[in-house]
Amino acid sequence: MISAQNLELTFGKGTPLENPALRGMSLTVNQGEFVTVIGSNGAGKSTFLNALAGEVIVDSGRIEVDGQDVTRLPTHKRSRRVARVFQDPLAGTCEGLSIEENLALAIKRGQRRGLTTAVKRNYRERFRQALAKLNLGLEDRLGDKMGLLSGGQRQAVSLLMASLTPSSILLLDEHTAALDPKTARFVLELTQEIITEQKLTALMVTHSMKQALEVGDRTVMLHQGQVVFDIAGQEREGLEVKDLLDLFEKQRGLEVEDDSLLLG
Amino acid sequence: MLSNIALYGAIETGLIYGLVAFGIYISFRVLDFPDLTVDGSFPLGAAVAAVLILGGWNPWLATGMAIVAGMAAGAVTALLNVKLGILNLLASILTMIALYSVNLRIMGSPNLALLGEETVLTPWYELGLAFHQVPVALFILVTFIALVLLWRFMKSEVGLSMRATGANARMARAQGIATGAMIVLGVALSNGLVGLAGALFAQSQGAADVTMGVGVIVIGLASLIGGEAVITPSTVLRALIACVVGAIVYRLAIAFALNADILGLKAQDLNLITAILVTLAIVLPGFRNTVRARLTRKKA
Repeated sequence: MISAQNLELTFGKGTPLENPALRGMSLTVNQGEFVTVIGSNGAGKSTFLNALAGEVIVDSGRIEVDGQDVTRLPTHKRSRRVARVFQDPLAGTCEGLSIEENLALAIKRGQRRGLTTAVKRNYRERFRQALAKLNLGLEDRLGDKMGLLSGGQRQAVSLLMASLTPSSILLLDEHTAALDPKTARFVLELTQEIITEQKLTALMVTHSMKQALEVGDRTVMLHQGQVVFDIAGQEREGLEVKDLLDLFEKQRGLEVEDDSLLLG
Repeated sequence: MLSNIALYGAIETGLIYGLVAFGIYISFRVLDFPDLTVDGSFPLGAAVAAVLILGGWNPWLATGMAIVAGMAAGAVTALLNVKLGILNLLASILTMIALYSVNLRIMGSPNLALLGEETVLTPWYELGLAFHQVPVALFILVTFIALVLLWRFMKSEVGLSMRATGANARMARAQGIATGAMIVLGVALSNGLVGLAGALFAQSQGAADVTMGVGVIVIGLASLIGGEAVITPSTVLRALIACVVGAIVYRLAIAFALNADILGLKAQDLNLITAILVTLAIVLPGFRNTVRARLTRKKA
């Protein structure tokens, strides 16, 4: 469960570049819910995800994950509860380390690390089974460097890493945006599979309105650092991109100028 | 040609600089933290060991304290960077400069002689080896132990976290790794190794000198880069072996250059030769690839 209340965050406070990213943003996501997040550039989507992960600390407001206040905790102290997949396929893995070493880092997410061998023998079998599910033939390439994999393969492994240990929430930051359409579809299907299988509470930022309506069970639109609308259940079913745009204009009385939203 | 003694001398210094290269491998390669503290932590190790040995300490304990002192110096550099946000390179220069004063304070004079004192080498002279072979034998052992320990550490959970910190800090944080703590630990470890090298150097040369650290960073880098040119560092073990091989090859190259009368080089040309060797070591692998690419293009 995620509870964010009245989050305020301004970048570059007191400088000419002052930029309010979150302006009283509030959102509650229930256990097991899969929420898609949309909004134009600069709406605060990524900042909101970064605030949940701990990469940025909010100026005011309160963030709770599973009832625990994490507002002031740095990233590594939240990592036990928060799993994350980045937009950049290169960002979620270490290219200089082998596939098994990357997975070994993930299997200990948020836990104490000691001086025992990182890649343990009994882990290898688990890694092989998990990788086999991807159908990418990676189960036979445990020792290969991550850098040898394609962007799509790396993003699939990032997803696997995020789901290797249990977490309270899964944050996906436009994680299919940098992939070609076919790979993007594969990674998205994999995402849905993992979320359903492990009953994860997930938040997925996307640039595509179509995708936002197709996957998940609730859609939230951000604008200027706030939630402008929030639809779920029957109200959301059968909704199309055009309806979403109408809804947005009605709610805000604004023209949507960002072409990427219309084209998505 | 090299005399036997010059040859052993070159290997002996090469092994010591192999330890320095291990340290530089951790900071420059594993953590991607350009650390110049070593120019200060090398004489710091020498100073601490010399003062304690002269004060009647067991030489191994004195050497151990030199490691601790080196680690403390490294920790200061890392904390300046992590806690105060000072640029890593600048933080290390600050510590290096400060250590010059600290080293003078520790020694009480610009240099200390260890002639006739009991050092870690003393018991080894009774084993029946030739005089110039003793330090080589002992330093091979020390380097081997350091290499194995370091290799195992880099394969451990903490070591892997350290490697991830240097390779992709954002990913490391997302996996729950306290990247700041990893940088402090790594830079401390790196300078601990350099402190050990300084302590052994002082004991094998019979003196500690406040200026003995000048250029250690360049020699260490030369060893690291040279070693990587000879042995591709595709795994941690290969990278560590490359450090030792690079350091010994570097010292041998220097010894040959200074001994070859035809070249007319003198001891004062050492730093120039070093700079040229480092440049060659950096440029040559790329040059080799260009040549290879041209050759294959012609074939095709």
